[in-house]
Amino acid sequence: MIRLLSIELQKIWQNRSSKILTIIYFLSLTLLATVALIEFEFGPFKFRAAESGFFNFPYIWHFTTYVSSWLKIFLAVIIVSMIANEYSYGTLKQNLIDGMSKKEFLLSKIYTIILFSVVSTVLVFIISLILGLKYSSFTETGIIFSDLEYLFAYFLKHVAFFSFCLFLAILIKRSAFTLGFIFVWFLGENVGHAILKYNILGYKHGDKDTVVIDWVKDALPLESMANLIVEPFTRLNFVKSVTTTVGANFKYNYDVQPINVAIVLFWTCLFLFLSFYILKKRDL
Amino acid sequence: METILKITNLHKKYRKVHAVNNVSVEIKKGNVYGILGPNGSGKSTTLGIVLNVVNKTSGEFEWFDGKYSTHDALKKVGAIIERPNFYPYMTAEDNLKLVCKIKDIPYTKVYEKLELVGLLERKDSKFKTFSLGMKQRLAIASALLNDPEILILDEPTNGLDPQGIRQIRDLIRIIANQGTTILLASHLLDEVEKVCSHVIVIRNGVTLYQGTVDGITANEGFFELESENLEQLKSALQHFSQIEKIEKDENKLLVYLNNNLEPAELNSHLFKQNITLTHLVKRKHSLEEQFLELTKH
Repeated sequence: MIRLLSIELQKIWQNRSSKILTIIYFLSLTLLATVALIEFEFGPFKFRAAESGFFNFPYIWHFTTYVSSWLKIFLAVIIVSMIANEYSYGTLKQNLIDGMSKKEFLLSKIYTIILFSVVSTVLVFIISLILGLKYSSFTETGIIFSDLEYLFAYFLKHVAFFSFCLFLAILIKRSAFTLGFIFVWFLGENVGHAILKYNILGYKHGDKDTVVIDWVKDALPLESMANLIVEPFTRLNFVKSVTTTVGANFKYNYDVQPINVAIVLFWTCLFLFLSFYILKKRDL
Repeated sequence: METILKITNLHKKYRKVHAVNNVSVEIKKGNVYGILGPNGSGKSTTLGIVLNVVNKTSGEFEWFDGKYSTHDALKKVGAIIERPNFYPYMTAEDNLKLVCKIKDIPYTKVYEKLELVGLLERKDSKFKTFSLGMKQRLAIASALLNDPEILILDEPTNGLDPQGIRQIRDLIRIIANQGTTILLASHLLDEVEKVCSHVIVIRNGVTLYQGTVDGITANEGFFELESENLEQLKSALQHFSQIEKIEKDENKLLVYLNNNLEPAELNSHLFKQNITLTHLVKRKHSLEEQFLELTKH
C-alpha cells in the first residue's frame, strides 16, 4: 500500500499543475478559518460572522463540512487529469508492462482518493475545532464532540465524488471531456428531474408520481452525495426567525440520513467496480 | 535449457480481424530471437498479450514455467513497445525511479543504466525536452533497470535518424553479448540476421517459420555463372550430383545446390571440359530474400 501510494504521489507531486492545485486546495481549506473575521455593516444591520452562531458547537461541524466540501472540485480536477494523463502519455500501458497489475494500478488511485479525503477531513476537523473553541458559546466536551457524523459524511462524500470522477475519467480518457461531462451530469440530474416533475408529469402536491420522481432524484449519484450534508443556513436561529416572520417554512431534517449513506456507499462501490471492469476489459 | 516464455495456441480476434491466429512459440533462455512480419501481421498484438496490455481471446501463455503471476513475471522482464512512454514532466532520473518503485527494486541501478545509454549528463532534464533518440535510449535504460531475464524490443529503431539507429543497434549488441535473452521485433532484417540466433516469422497472425536463423537461410547457396555458351555450360554441370536445379536468368545461369560444392571444384571441372567462365559468384539468399519469399502469397 505504501508502495502504491508513493508511486501515485510521485506522479501527482512532480506535475506542476497538480502540485499547484493541491496547494491551492489545502490553502483554501485553511483560509476558511478566516471566515470568522468577516464583519460588515449594512445600514443599521450589523453582521459579525464570529458572533452569528455559525461557530457554535455542534452546529459548526455541519457548517464547515458543508461549506468546505465545495472546494473538492479542485481535487476532482487533479484526479481526472491524473487518469486522463495516464492514457494520453501511454504510461498506463507502460506501468502494466513494467509489472504493475491492473488491480494495483486502480488501487494506487483509490488509495490516493482515500488519502486526500482523510487529509481533508482531518484538516476540517482541526479548523472547526480551533474556530469553535475560539468563538463557540458552548465549550463543554460533550457538546463539542456531538454531531461528529457530519465529518463522517464529509469523508464519505469526498470518497464517493472522487470515485465518480475516477470512473468517468477511465471511461472517457480525456480530462476536459470528463470534467465537462461531470458538469453536464450535474445539470442533467436537476434539469431532467425538473422537466419530468413539472412538465411531463405535471406537478401536484402530494401526487404519487411526484413522490416517486423526487425519490428517484434523491437516489441519483450527485444528488445523493449532496443530500449527505444538507444546507445548514436555514438551521440558524436568526435565519429561522427572519423566515418565519415572512411566512416561509422550512421543514428540513438536518441530520445525516442512514438511507443516504447507504445509497452513496452503493454508488461508490459501483463506480469502483465499473472502473476495474473497464480497465480489465479494455485493450490498450 | 530454461524456458522463459511459452505461448500455446494463442488467438486474438478483434471484431472483424483475426489478429493472432494459433500462435505457439517457445522462448528459451540465452537465445536472441527476431520476430519478423509485415506491418499489421500480429507481432505487436502478440507481444501486447504476453505483456498484459491486450486481452487474449483464447490460448495460453506462461512466463518462467508459470512460477509467477503475469504481472510479477513482468517485473523480471524489460520491454519497450512502439514509442517510449514516460511522464513528460518528470526528469529522466525521476522517471527511472518511478519504474524502480513499480518493479519494487532499489534505486541503485538508475545511474548505472543512464550511463550505459549515455544519458547520465541529462539525468536532470525533463523527459519532454528529449529527442526521439534520447527517449528511446531512456526506454532501454528503463527496461534494463532490473537486469531483466529477457528484453523485449518492438521496433526499437522506428523513426530514428541514422545516428540513433546506430546507437540503438550498438546497445542491442552489447546487451546480447552479456547473455541477456532478447526478443526483437524489427523490419531491419540485416539487423536481425546479424544479432539474432533464432527467428519467428508471422504473417496475418499465423506463424510461418520458427527456428534458427541458419535454418531459414539454410540452403547451400547458389552460383551465378556466365560463359560464352550457356547450353554447353549447362550440360557440363550435369556432372555434379550436388546441383538441385539450374535456372536461366538473362545471360546468367543460377545454379541451386542441395549440398556443399566449392567454387574451386566447380571451376576446375569446367576448365577441364574446356569451358571458361566469365563470371563466377557463390551466394546465399539473405534473410531478407528468404523473408520476402516466405511472406509473399
